[in-house]
Amino acid sequence: MIAYLFLFLIIAATIAYFIASRRAVAIAGNDARGLHSRPIYHGLNALVYTAIPAFIFILLWLLFEGSVIDMLLMSAYPGADAMTGAERDLLLSEIRQVAVGNIFREPTPEITAAVERFHSLNATANLLLGAAVVIIALAGAGLAVTSVSKRFLARHSFERSVTIFMIFASTVAILTTLGIVASLLYEAYLFFERVPVTDFLFGIRWEPQIPLREDQIAGQGAFGAIPVFVGTILISFLAMAVAVPVGILSAIYLTEYASPRFRAVVKPMLEVLAGIPTVVYGFFAVLTVAPALRQAGISIGLDVAPNSAIAAGGVMGIMLIPFISSLSDDAFAAVPQAIRDGSLAVGATKGETIRKVLLPAALPGIVGGVLLALSRAIGETMIVVMAAGLIAKMTVNPLDSVTTVTVQIVTLLIGDSEFDNPKTLAAFALGLMLFIITLFLNLIALRIVRKYRESY
Amino acid sequence: MSSAEETIHRPVWDSDEMAARRRKRYAADRRLQRYGVAAITFAIGFLFLLVATLLYTGASAFVQTKARVTIDLSSAEVSADDLMGAPWRNIVRSSLLALEPTEIPRSDRRAYFQMFTSSAPFLVRDHVIANPDLIGKSFEFKIPFSDPLDQFAKGQISRDTPEDRRRVSNQQIGWFDKLQASGVVSKPFNWGLILNPDSRFPELAGLAGAISGSFWALLVCFLISFPVGVAAAIYLEEFAPKNRLTDIIEININNLAAVPSVVFGLLGLAVFLGWFGLPRSAPLVGGMVLSLMTLPTMIIVTRAALRSVPSSIREAALGIGASRHEAILHHMLPLSMPTILTGTIIGLAQALGETAPLLLIGMNAFITSPPEGVFSASTALPTQIYIWADSPERGFVSRTSAAILVLLGFLVLMNGLAVFLRNRFERRW
Repeated sequence: MIAYLFLFLIIAATIAYFIASRRAVAIAGNDARGLHSRPIYHGLNALVYTAIPAFIFILLWLLFEGSVIDMLLMSAYPGADAMTGAERDLLLSEIRQVAVGNIFREPTPEITAAVERFHSLNATANLLLGAAVVIIALAGAGLAVTSVSKRFLARHSFERSVTIFMIFASTVAILTTLGIVASLLYEAYLFFERVPVTDFLFGIRWEPQIPLREDQIAGQGAFGAIPVFVGTILISFLAMAVAVPVGILSAIYLTEYASPRFRAVVKPMLEVLAGIPTVVYGFFAVLTVAPALRQAGISIGLDVAPNSAIAAGGVMGIMLIPFISSLSDDAFAAVPQAIRDGSLAVGATKGETIRKVLLPAALPGIVGGVLLALSRAIGETMIVVMAAGLIAKMTVNPLDSVTTVTVQIVTLLIGDSEFDNPKTLAAFALGLMLFIITLFLNLIALRIVRKYRESY
Repeated sequence: MSSAEETIHRPVWDSDEMAARRRKRYAADRRLQRYGVAAITFAIGFLFLLVATLLYTGASAFVQTKARVTIDLSSAEVSADDLMGAPWRNIVRSSLLALEPTEIPRSDRRAYFQMFTSSAPFLVRDHVIANPDLIGKSFEFKIPFSDPLDQFAKGQISRDTPEDRRRVSNQQIGWFDKLQASGVVSKPFNWGLILNPDSRFPELAGLAGAISGSFWALLVCFLISFPVGVAAAIYLEEFAPKNRLTDIIEININNLAAVPSVVFGLLGLAVFLGWFGLPRSAPLVGGMVLSLMTLPTMIIVTRAALRSVPSSIREAALGIGASRHEAILHHMLPLSMPTILTGTIIGLAQALGETAPLLLIGMNAFITSPPEGVFSASTALPTQIYIWADSPERGFVSRTSAAILVLLGFLVLMNGLAVFLRNRFERRW
């Protein structure tokens, strides 16, 4: 249905384009200079007027169609007023399943009636949509075609449409941010209605189970996020412990010591490390690094957990090396050559120049880069989902297994789409914390980097 | 005067003390250099270790151990009218028994049949449905061995392991050796890895669903993020007035580029699935989430490309009477298109490897048929890797590595295309 409507719009818009531009040519007669706008703009204007309003209408319709039909179905269903939200959802999904022919058990007469109603509602909706789209498209086409005249500012009209689209496009970024903030705040608010904020922020037990039955022994879950934060900090710290020294040292070597040829070969190779998807690093950590560390631990008498923090953190550090290296690279490159020459001229060796002059001068840029990398480490998901643990432990032992914010978000939400229990809502509360922390780190880092750039 | 001069301590540059000091300073310099080399070696070494591990574990999944059997359909059991209902199980079993010259006692048959994939009857059935002229004839067909035997044939399971600690019994090894001696065992290239959809059985699992799921998601991602990103970039670079609102938009775009990917997944879950009610696990939703993630990249790339076009082009167009829109859409944009396309491909390559947001919107479902479009449930390449990495069967380890190699292959292709475009078409002014 929708596909046919789109096809109709494309054909109608093309026809409108030709009619309008032909008409413009006909009006102009022999003297094309009499027209304000060239015929092609009359055509394009007609094309926009035909297709775009109808297209927007279809999108809006699709957005609301489902919920309106649900509402109508429920209002006609006997006894629907007394149902809870979850029961309604279950009933609706059963009606939809039956409607597409997936019958698991004999439907009750109420459901059969609802299914019939669903089909008739759908048919009406399709008819209404089709009629509305045809009317809107034809009205737009008619308006554009009749307004073709010598004095009509078709180019201005078309360019205004283009500008409106461009303005809309630039607000998509803002809408995205608003969407993120709104959804996180809303779902987190629902969570904090059930679990007090203080319990979440300062509690030291994280056991996000929920009782399936009323009398279950596992009982209420505990949603104290401190152990999860501790795990996140531990793994991020381990990652930075690998990435910062290796990244900065390789940047120093590449900018100050390496020959141009060496640099031309090695720098792209380092950048390949940044292009590898994180799920690949996660698999690598599980398959190679974690068992190797465990073997090494056993051989010197240490007990290393199979999903130790050090394996996840170390592999994450490797992923971050090119990130730190290229940002430090930029910071070194921004230090003026004159400062370097001055230091060398008073007899400092290259190493002394780097350590005593270059590093202090480039430090703000490097710190900014490290903060950006830290925010990445905190938000990194797949490596820890695959290689870190699931159980929240209050420990800073890198050989032990810890969990992180992102791991908890993913494990709480995988396979669940019901947003009506604290377990799934907790994921959004964690997501809100993650968003706030990374936003904060990014803002500081960007400020440091920008301030530093202005100083030379 | 002279006595004052004598009290000033002048270093004697050629003294032993100074020479030692110099040596120390040079040594420190060399040490720093060595640390740098060590750091680079560490990073590059890990890159090679990563690739080597994947090649080592993944290579074996590109071949599949199969047995050549003769399927005899000359009996009247199979009619063209009821191909689905024909006794395929018995047909396949009797063909498999025919491979073994000595009679296998009934009590051992179970172990014998377990050597081959349990889906063999369906494979034969589908083959006959696709080639109806085979009905009533006898033909040769290659049946995959089941995962334990496949691993054994590839040397992943050793003969020397005690019998109770491996999944292949001595009896099965005996049969397998006989089959091998009779020449029916072969290891052809495993087209199933690319052409089959996902399966619970490693010997049949393939990436067809994941590849087409990724394709649909990337298509949606491109269709949204390319026009929106280019339009936003043109507006911000060429038209936007300098005011608070545009400042906010710019800061916003920079921040959006650094938001963790899992947060975009939460957005998709809450807004696209929860509020808009779009279908779960659909490439449409995956593509929409990915497009929001690639949008900042698109905008930044396009703005840089537009900025690199010399302003003389714009001024020349304006000078002969073009409107601002015409100057940009007819002249500046076409000239910067190669750079924009290069950036787009690189952005899409990043989107192809994104996993976490797709997990949250449910693209990690177990689905045994490739998606028919953007609305049907599907997996994507990275989520398929995640699913297989989580599967306990031994055969999935090498399949995961192979899937990663396929994913990396696509990434190399896309980046190669980007580099080619840049070298071939990009203009330096």
